Amino acid sequence: MTLDAAMPRTTAPAILPGSGGLRGTLSDLFWRRPQLLLLLMLLPPVLWLGIVYIGSLFALLLQSFFSIDEFSGLINREFTLKTYGDLFQAANLDIILRTVTMAALVTLASAIIAFPIAYYAARYARGRWKALFYLGVMLPLWSSYLVKIYAWKLILAKEGILTWLLAKLHLLWLLDGWLSLPIVGGNSLSVSFTGTFIVFVYVWLPFMILPVQAALERVPGNLVEASSDLGASPGQTFRNVLFPLALPGIVAGSIFTFSLTLGDYIIPQIIGTSRLFIGQAVYSQQGTAGNIPLAAAFTVVPIVIMGFYLWGAKRMGAFDAL
Amino acid sequence: MTSAVSFQKVSRHFGSVRAVDAVDLDIAPGEFFAMLGPSGSGKTTCLRLIAGFEQPTAGSISIFGERAEGVPPYRRNVNTVFQDYALFPHLNVLDNVAYGLMVKGIGKLARQKAAEEALSLVRLPGYGARRPGQLSGGQRQRVALARALVNQPKVLLLDEPLGALDLKLRENMQDELKSLQKALGITFVFVTHDQGEALSMADRVAVFNDGKIMQIGTPEDIYQRPKTRFVADFVGSSNVLPPDFVQRYSGQHRWGSLRPESIRVGRGAKGDGVAARLVSTNYLGATTRLALDADGLRLHAIVPAGTAMPEEGEAVVLTFNREHLHLMDEPT
Repeated sequence: MTLDAAMPRTTAPAILPGSGGLRGTLSDLFWRRPQLLLLLMLLPPVLWLGIVYIGSLFALLLQSFFSIDEFSGLINREFTLKTYGDLFQAANLDIILRTVTMAALVTLASAIIAFPIAYYAARYARGRWKALFYLGVMLPLWSSYLVKIYAWKLILAKEGILTWLLAKLHLLWLLDGWLSLPIVGGNSLSVSFTGTFIVFVYVWLPFMILPVQAALERVPGNLVEASSDLGASPGQTFRNVLFPLALPGIVAGSIFTFSLTLGDYIIPQIIGTSRLFIGQAVYSQQGTAGNIPLAAAFTVVPIVIMGFYLWGAKRMGAFDAL
Repeated sequence: MTSAVSFQKVSRHFGSVRAVDAVDLDIAPGEFFAMLGPSGSGKTTCLRLIAGFEQPTAGSISIFGERAEGVPPYRRNVNTVFQDYALFPHLNVLDNVAYGLMVKGIGKLARQKAAEEALSLVRLPGYGARRPGQLSGGQRQRVALARALVNQPKVLLLDEPLGALDLKLRENMQDELKSLQKALGITFVFVTHDQGEALSMADRVAVFNDGKIMQIGTPEDIYQRPKTRFVADFVGSSNVLPPDFVQRYSGQHRWGSLRPESIRVGRGAKGDGVAARLVSTNYLGATTRLALDADGLRLHAIVPAGTAMPEEGEAVVLTFNREHLHLMDEPT
């Protein structure tokens, strides 16, 4: 009847012949032995990671156990912990402390700013607004890092737009008051730690927003309703449900913001005081000073700090909800 | 007596969609009330209006005599068992159950004791240390129930709580829910699209369609005396009979309904009754369902299994007791 007309019965065999040739044979082989395909796919990246990446890291680690001869400026290739001892000189310890404090503050500020944006994107934005969100978050990443930093230098300069805006709003006293504070202040925002902080937060913020948004996206909306239904105020729902479930995303984001701040040497070079951060110290030790062992030892510092950070986050249960 | 839940001309519109349209409803304290309807009929929105997740576009809602518009969910002494349970994945079972008491600031020992008791009530004692992910669907359902009951709500809302369970478990839970409700005396409002569930569990049933309530009544009312074609068709798939047909048997030109089990099927082409042809038979275990064609009118009959059956395509004669023919209010 009509069914036969729509789907005529065929005389095709139950098992089709192989397509033959090298491609057909390989397809069948990979289907029967999926591990072989996996091996072939993983080999190049594993070799790349293993030799180029881990290898150079190891070479770096090795360098940090050498020391420099202070008179000749030559590298003494004998195992010693002297270079690590140098890290604990007051000036170097200052650099480490300054960098870690900055990285922690930048991470905290990024998390606080990122959460509402990520929450909106995960909960409410749909269709066109979602596309706009991704565009807005990613757009700053498309333009050159240097251009953005120089743009910020102009914004934060004494003659810059921020000072002009605050003057128009009759709020200049606020800026002057802040700049007169010790440590965070300075002649203008562009030569103060506050300026460095603002630019760090601006540049790394997308790396915090995206993982937090991904984590919040995975929290079913009815958990928020269930919490509210059981009598939790919005604040209690945030503390007891949203925050714990978003924590893996916040930790993932903070790994980016924290480690990127620890290693960056361009932002504090262009915006901020003349006091050094770890990245700048590495740069100057391996460049002008020619002290490769000390530069290597400085580089190990962020690695060790990140190791402790991840260990602590795991102990706090940051990855339990994964 | 004040109603547990009272709706006066309540509407909830989403843009141009009238999810709930001028609904009047009174649920008595201690009642087991079922909201029955197909998906998109507005029954779940009504439940969410009681819980406070939705606010009415128009009309007023009161819970035990107190106005509920603009009151957030966390200030309503009403708890919900969600369709997919909505257990907190990062908390163990005991902390899930104790959650409501925790946010009310009840001390750790007291709330854990109460949570243990609630778990015993739903027959899951000693499951407190497990994570929700380690439980089966039926166990999660019980945890969700315990988590709601531990707060001693004035009204318990259940949103298709048995939908995800398999048949055997569902029947067990139906019995358990019913006896639990009797023992606790809490008002239960139960949303379902399964008419069997609504009829077997509820004291009263509201049948929803297109955001409106078609009929409210006891299960027997709804089943035996449907007011509209929709109710007759949706609840137990009654045979809906057109006015011309009904007039021949009752003398009144109105829509009628006839339960499939009220039809007797006799062999042969002649006899005092409706001449029809057997289209197909469906074996259902205890009964057999027959599809019949009476001169273009499609009818269903249900006969006990083991009855001598005519062949498919054979001519049959249908008879029924005229008292079983129910006349509906719906205008013709």
